Amino acid sequence: MGFLHQPSLRTLSLAAALLSAAACAPVPATMTPAPAVDMSTTPPSPDPRIGLRAGLHDAAEAAWNLRVLSRSRPPERFAGVTNSDLAFTGNYAIQGNYNGYQVWDISNPANPRVATAFYCPASQSDVSVYKNLLFVSGEGLTGRLDCGGQGVAAPVSAERLRGLRIFDITDIRNPRNVGNVQTCRGSHTHTVLADPRDTENVYVYVSGSSGIRSPEELPGCVAAPPSVDPNSALFRIEVIKVPLANPERAAIVSSPRIFTDLVAPPRHGDTPGDIAAQQAELAAARARGEFTGTFLGRERVLSSRVTAPLLDSIVRARNGRGNPTGADSAALRSALPRILATMFPPSENTGPQPGPTQCHDITVYPAIGLAGGACEGYGLLLDIRNPENPVRIAAVADSNFSYWHSATFNNDGTKVLFSDEWGGGGQPKCRATDPKEWGANAIFAIVNGRMEFQSYYKLPAAQTQYENCVAHNGSLIPIPGRDVMVQAWYQGGISVFDWTDARNPVEIAFHDRGPVDSTQMGNGGSWSVYWYNGVLVSSEISRGLDIFQLQPSGFLSQNELDASRTVRLEYFNPQGQPRFTWPPSFALARAYVDQLERSRGLPATRIAAVRQALQGAESMSGAGRRTALTQLQAQVSGDAAGSSDAAKVRMLSAALRDLAAM
Amino acid sequence: MTFRITMVAGALLLAATGGCSGSPRATAPVEPVRTGPVHAQGQAAAILRARADSARLPYTAADIRFMTHMIPHHAQALEMAKLVPSHGASATVRTLAGRILSGQQDEIATMQQWLRDRQQPVPDAAAGGLHAGHGAGQEHTMMPGMLTHEQMTRLDAARGWDFDRLFLTFMIQHHRGAVGMVDELFSTHGAAQDETIFKFASDVQVDQRTEIARMERMLADVLAAPDSP
Repeated sequence: MGFLHQPSLRTLSLAAALLSAAACAPVPATMTPAPAVDMSTTPPSPDPRIGLRAGLHDAAEAAWNLRVLSRSRPPERFAGVTNSDLAFTGNYAIQGNYNGYQVWDISNPANPRVATAFYCPASQSDVSVYKNLLFVSGEGLTGRLDCGGQGVAAPVSAERLRGLRIFDITDIRNPRNVGNVQTCRGSHTHTVLADPRDTENVYVYVSGSSGIRSPEELPGCVAAPPSVDPNSALFRIEVIKVPLANPERAAIVSSPRIFTDLVAPPRHGDTPGDIAAQQAELAAARARGEFTGTFLGRERVLSSRVTAPLLDSIVRARNGRGNPTGADSAALRSALPRILATMFPPSENTGPQPGPTQCHDITVYPAIGLAGGACEGYGLLLDIRNPENPVRIAAVADSNFSYWHSATFNNDGTKVLFSDEWGGGGQPKCRATDPKEWGANAIFAIVNGRMEFQSYYKLPAAQTQYENCVAHNGSLIPIPGRDVMVQAWYQGGISVFDWTDARNPVEIAFHDRGPVDSTQMGNGGSWSVYWYNGVLVSSEISRGLDIFQLQPSGFLSQNELDASRTVRLEYFNPQGQPRFTWPPSFALARAYVDQLERSRGLPATRIAAVRQALQGAESMSGAGRRTALTQLQAQVSGDAAGSSDAAKVRMLSAALRDLAAM
Repeated sequence: MTFRITMVAGALLLAATGGCSGSPRATAPVEPVRTGPVHAQGQAAAILRARADSARLPYTAADIRFMTHMIPHHAQALEMAKLVPSHGASATVRTLAGRILSGQQDEIATMQQWLRDRQQPVPDAAAGGLHAGHGAGQEHTMMPGMLTHEQMTRLDAARGWDFDRLFLTFMIQHHRGAVGMVDELFSTHGAAQDETIFKFASDVQVDQRTEIARMERMLADVLAAPDSP
């Protein structure tokens, strides 16, 4: 709402009004008053996201269970150029842009201010922070070491930057480029890994899926597959080690081959039992005299529909007739490896082995020692306890997934959500005709280090053919006791959903604008939206920076929101997940009570009694409050046994105990 | 990600002229520029467009060639995918083909719009496929990986298991051609400096590389499939 308080914009609006015909009134830059609180648990119908008027800065908007705090346009030098991902430090949001990056002071989220607009073109300018350092990704062919905007025309050039730029932001208004690390495939995205056991260094995992540079431009870059040259730049990620005291010495420390021997299961991974069964099947087939062949990573029994015509052709080649002889079979057996090699020719880009050559993005969760790798046709679970040597512990593929894009863990680390950026983000994949399982999220339970599929979640509102829309970046919102996240869907807007019940994710809030253009595909939409210290910050590709606040609703109580606001982060890189912890508060205890009321985990009479006791305790202080809380905790602890939601009752009990101990 | 810088300016102009039938540009909404000086509307749109133009690096003949040639290449993939429902394909091949159909159709629209925005001739997407090399009035260079007329005819004649095998074999060949076209573009002097081209070509490459790996696995399953009764 901040805009309207700015005199200059008031003047602008007035000027606009004077210039406009009455029938064609302009829409002010800020227009959404705080909506009335809606406590219903039924989504609005018809969906107000359908049929919104198009426009760049005057598109119609629809919001449900959240309100817009501010809409800020890009600084001049970045207007018209793609905004990309976000990182946060202190009171600042750092927003990548294909022309560089913008630092916004969001101390007042209703009125963000540009602190720095740093011109240094690169795509995609994925950003991360750690202490006084800022990391920026460069992938495209135009990035220059000198931050110039003229591009690099020559296919081989010493002026090109593809990799990671490092800035010292001790003075955030005057960033200094203190180092660059060049990589063979550039950096599409990167992930900062702060190892809890290493305070001297920080690690950066680089994901780059673009073409491999010529060794003349960057020595050591090998485009041949690993089977031809073990130094291949394919089938690996890069790990950069950054000494915090000497960031200029940052360098690639390892190139882990996390894809080695990765063979896709058709859907959710081979169990040891499956593998044993395959071996038995092969042995039995060989015993029966059937043909087997090794291709794409393992030995398989060949269908007689493959081998019969081949045997026939061998018979014909010796001018024979009738059934093939033992000699014919032997001839085929010896020729098979060659025949299969022509069916599956090794190529520079796919290599002879199946599986991804790179990850699109990796989300690390250091507190649980795991990372989720979204890697072309796979979702990987990596053990990252040794940052220099991440080890793959599980992999999933999914027939409905096109391009594994990013990963988000729930706070407990018992689930992981992967998104599918079907169509690369520039295509309209949320039309009414597009399947709900395509371009969606897939949710997996993590059980004994393996991933078990639970469900898909896709933006429920159909978008037009002129709105690029697909699952994109998001983060958890620290609602205690629940898995709630906010996610960007490009021109599909942002969607807040609850995936506590992993088999039944449900949308609980949203915001959307009409298309940028009503006549053709335009460039816009939310690239990413993340929770940061009480607000939702969205990087709008063309429109700038949007900040939202969740409203209490039938899905989310004021107490739950208050409890979420007790969580404060010093910094946040969405691809480096922190574990949320909630300091003891009355809001936290009340949030659990609200959840028990919703789940009917306690009878209404108990809910009312606990609320009354909490109110009583809060009105007291010192020893009186402690005694009241301790008594309440003892009663609640006794409620657990008879509750259908015993786990939540125990969380309430623990919250009361911590509150009493304050 | 595929981006259209020009569209921001285009949308702005449309916002300034469209949706308000018959009104001259001078009565359209103001474009407030938060951090800059106040401009009269129309002028602001022009400034934003000029800025977008100057931010965009020049595209080259190689870029135009790439976009122009990839349209018939994609069009043939659509022709192939359209055979799937009537040729007894398996469920997994039908799913794959559905995604190829949707994906490449949308990408053709992107390429056509890119060419149109730059006043370049826009190839007709209907000119690929079965009649590649036989049509009239279009350029008929066979792009890398494209099926010959004979291969297309073989595919059209196959049914069931045979169709699956040929479809996957030919689509892998077809995709490899597209991946190679991107490699060639990226190693051409001055090419892919335009942000839209770089992102689009990169998307085509990673999507098709991922799909090649998926199809290789599917083909392996087809070749190892037990005989149907």
